[in-house]
Amino acid sequence: MSFIPHNPEDRRKMLATVGITDEEELFATIPEGLRHSQRLKVPGPLDEETIRRIPQGRVSRTCFAGGGIYRHHIPALVDALAARQEFYTAYTPYQPEISQGTLQSIFEYQSMLASLTGMDVSNASLYDGATALAEAAIMAIRAKNLRRILVTRSTNPAYRAVLRTYLANHAIEIQEVPFERTSSQVDQKILEAMIGADAAFFIQNPNFFGTLEPMDAVATIARRAGFFGIIVTEAISLGLLRKPGEYGPDAVLGEAQSFGNPPNAGGPLLGFFCTTQEHLRRMPGRIVGMTKDFAGNPAFCLTLATREQHIRREKATSNICTNQGLCTIRAAIYLSAIGPKGLRSIATQCVAGAHQIMGILQEKGFTPAFTGPFFHEFVVRMDMDKRRTLEEAGIVPGIPIERHYPEIQNGLLVTVTEMNTREDSKCLIETL
Amino acid sequence: MSDRNTIRTFPEITEPLLITRSAQGKNKRQIPDPFKAGLPADLSEFINPEQATIPDVSEVETVRHFTRLSRKNFGIDQGMYPLGSCTMKYNPKICEHIANRIKNIHPADKLPMHNVLRALAALQRYLEEICGMDACTLWPAAGAHGELTGMLIIRKALQAKGAKRDTVLIPDMAHGTNPASCAVAGFATRSIPSGKHGFLEAGTVKEHLDENVAALMITNPNTLGIFEQEIGEIADLLHAHGSFLYMDGANLNAILGITRPGDMGVDCLHVNLHKTFGTPHGGGGPGSGPVLVQAHLEKYLPIPRIVHEPHQLFKLSYTPPDSIGMVHSSVGNVSVLIKALVYIVSLGPRGLLECSKTAALNANYLRVQLARCFDLPYKTPTLHEFVLSDKQQKDRGVTTLDIAKALMDYGFHPPTVYFPLVVPGAIMIEPTETEPLEELDRFVAAMEEIASLTQSNPEVFHDKPKLTPVVRVDEVWAARNLCLTWSMTESKPEEEVSK
Amino acid sequence: MTFPDDVRYTKDHEWGRVDGTRMWIGITDYAQQELGDVVFVEFQSVGTRLKRGDSFGTVESVKAVSDLYAPVNGTILEVNKALEETPELVNQDCYGKAWMIIMEMDDPSEVESLWDNRSYEQFVSAETK
Repeated sequence: MSFIPHNPEDRRKMLATVGITDEEELFATIPEGLRHSQRLKVPGPLDEETIRRIPQGRVSRTCFAGGGIYRHHIPALVDALAARQEFYTAYTPYQPEISQGTLQSIFEYQSMLASLTGMDVSNASLYDGATALAEAAIMAIRAKNLRRILVTRSTNPAYRAVLRTYLANHAIEIQEVPFERTSSQVDQKILEAMIGADAAFFIQNPNFFGTLEPMDAVATIARRAGFFGIIVTEAISLGLLRKPGEYGPDAVLGEAQSFGNPPNAGGPLLGFFCTTQEHLRRMPGRIVGMTKDFAGNPAFCLTLATREQHIRREKATSNICTNQGLCTIRAAIYLSAIGPKGLRSIATQCVAGAHQIMGILQEKGFTPAFTGPFFHEFVVRMDMDKRRTLEEAGIVPGIPIERHYPEIQNGLLVTVTEMNTREDSKCLIETL
Repeated sequence: MSDRNTIRTFPEITEPLLITRSAQGKNKRQIPDPFKAGLPADLSEFINPEQATIPDVSEVETVRHFTRLSRKNFGIDQGMYPLGSCTMKYNPKICEHIANRIKNIHPADKLPMHNVLRALAALQRYLEEICGMDACTLWPAAGAHGELTGMLIIRKALQAKGAKRDTVLIPDMAHGTNPASCAVAGFATRSIPSGKHGFLEAGTVKEHLDENVAALMITNPNTLGIFEQEIGEIADLLHAHGSFLYMDGANLNAILGITRPGDMGVDCLHVNLHKTFGTPHGGGGPGSGPVLVQAHLEKYLPIPRIVHEPHQLFKLSYTPPDSIGMVHSSVGNVSVLIKALVYIVSLGPRGLLECSKTAALNANYLRVQLARCFDLPYKTPTLHEFVLSDKQQKDRGVTTLDIAKALMDYGFHPPTVYFPLVVPGAIMIEPTETEPLEELDRFVAAMEEIASLTQSNPEVFHDKPKLTPVVRVDEVWAARNLCLTWSMTESKPEEEVSK
Repeated sequence: MTFPDDVRYTKDHEWGRVDGTRMWIGITDYAQQELGDVVFVEFQSVGTRLKRGDSFGTVESVKAVSDLYAPVNGTILEVNKALEETPELVNQDCYGKAWMIIMEMDDPSEVESLWDNRSYEQFVSAETK
């Protein structure tokens, strides 16, 4: 199907205006040797019905998988509003006069994230939590002239991998802080030995295993670091847990996909980044500010743009240009739809459910790998056979973690959210 | 303009921040409550006793709020965005419809992911074919992310050869992300001048090729809309020197089915799915910037790689030993990838070729007419976009900024302005192939009227636009009085406004 | 555009006013015009040692951020805190109230190598052609 609106008459008129007889003449500047004379070997054109008939797989009816991407209830109004063409076909709001919808939505998102994390400011999004960590590390290094990055080993393995990729060509040492074998909380003694003013320290809370870190104690130690960052991969936790900002970090960053964005087979995600007034001008990404127009009406615009790539170029705070745009607007709509009581209730459901499911698994003889307090994820030991049994019953049992943590044999990360049901629990009990 | 006389507007309600409508008890949403249980006692030390400070409003207020906000926005479904190098083409609805199918799939769900990965493997093949390259990664979430990935690949390839090269040559008209991405990848950059006819000359490249040069980053066609005709020679020079050629594929819409980066000698490039392949811009994202490489760079591609054994499920492999590592926590912006896949098969080979031919025809249709009333700094033939300047209007006190703002009163989003930097007061125009002739004619008429008004009434420009939801915005005030969250507004703009 | 004769100039559009072994430093009228409305100024801290050409801070407008470069070798003695509150002073009085830093010069004779106002004015005319 072609989306080109011209009919032959239109085309004739245009060719005449340009003074040519065929579009081919417009490509004369391309050397003959570079011309691709064959047809591109791609299928199509296909009509819409043919495309609709492409087989689609069915989602497993029961899913206990999380690990950085979470299934949550998304009110119908989020899809309805995000599907408005004014939001989803709009361009980046560089021309504020015709972008107030996008700008105000992002401003409201920034406000809510700053408030939920207990920090001063938020940006308008980064690609995902992992790149947010990488950007935070770069910001920390530049701000305080640091040589080392400390990150807990219980931080999401994919995040640590992306961090390593981003810092590969900077002379920066990345050191991992181990976790206590029994609780899976960070080993405070070792952290104390490793921390220093020449290092940035990042900790994920709740950590990759779902365990809640002893943040008061950690904050005391972290004070001695050159830069302290807290990573949050399950944004829903911000609706229930003590605000990360209470622990005095320089930055709170991570993944806000849980706010109104479905799993979408892996993306798009929503990297969030919040910081203090001190680091405001070093913060990567776009920022929306409130101002007024010259008629005196309240208005919004992109601000502090001089730090960004299109002006500062190689000295920019980051190379980011396109961010996660619509996902940010969905998050603003979601939080507005859910409300403070609702958010707390969802988080509570997740925690309550996880503890219930953990109980069921324990009764069935599966030992939890750790003893620490947990949010809505936990690790049990479950061998390949038992996992396959569950899969054959239409259950995604969780995420195997041996690849990243070989010392936890048969480790399986199990996640429970308000999307799981009574039937899921029953199914689990019956299958095992 | 007769069209403007018939415009009527419905009274719009100015929408305050939603938090100002918040009051306890307004939100009556029934949250799913499957577990009917409370919190375990041992967690009390971690719990915040207070509720979050987010709006407590009813569903209807939420819907009205964002609906009213949306009505202050312009979108492609409303009118043209002639933004150079952005390729703001129509976003086909069938792409949205199909992408919607994957939304509930969790990446750990093997069977549905198998279908998704099979589709993504097909997308890889099609992009490789379109670009004439050998291998592909779909994970970079945007063009700049792709640039970074590509430069990391090149860096690793050089390290593998034991070459210590730390500089990337970048033409003076490059997009700002080019040098910024190089910096993040650990490279220094050197700007090199384009020739007076608007394309990079092999001789210039030769002059700058010293022992530090790792690569050259080129955009083709470049940001003037001109085809880099010496790219073949430039590629040969670089390769003979042991350096690489990276291409920014932002302008791929000009050459689909006509020429291919792989055939030009490009070692590595990124494409922008939200440009060339019609996925929506979403107010700033999500986009997608897949990276394609020649065979000799394949082993450095980021992990995971999509793998498939016969009679088995499509899977992800994290084992390739020479990979630069992971660049994204997951598998990129999957729904965007699916939209691009649907776009490609909707168009087919003939449709893709027609894209580029019509993009060039539309752009030249505008160029020929607008060059009569605006300065056209480069006379070299252009493809899908071209650059004007405000040279003929400046001495009447009307600048590119004024022209851009005035266009909004005619119902257009302005073109790209003040870029590329090599043209002072640049106005970069790219209509794309999906603009109807009537819209193009309307644009020409608007620009001609602007040019004419510049001569007769230049003073009217300084307070345009007048018909938009807000008029020109005080960006200086915004920067001097940073107000970035609603808690920072407790005192300022409302007071200022009422003065 | 003004080019006072009581200061010396650099090609990076800074001016320096000598006061014994000290030098008052700011940006020129041409520079502030090119920048547009200044919204933010930031300096290195007092006590920082600088070589000629090192950056002693940045000046930011809505359309650009420019580094500020030390015209001579020396140490920062003082920074102008008024600019933190009122960055627009740079546009209003760039040679007077909007001085940016005071440096203790390592070698006052270095001043001789800086341009006088006539040479700087010629440089600016060539740039703006």
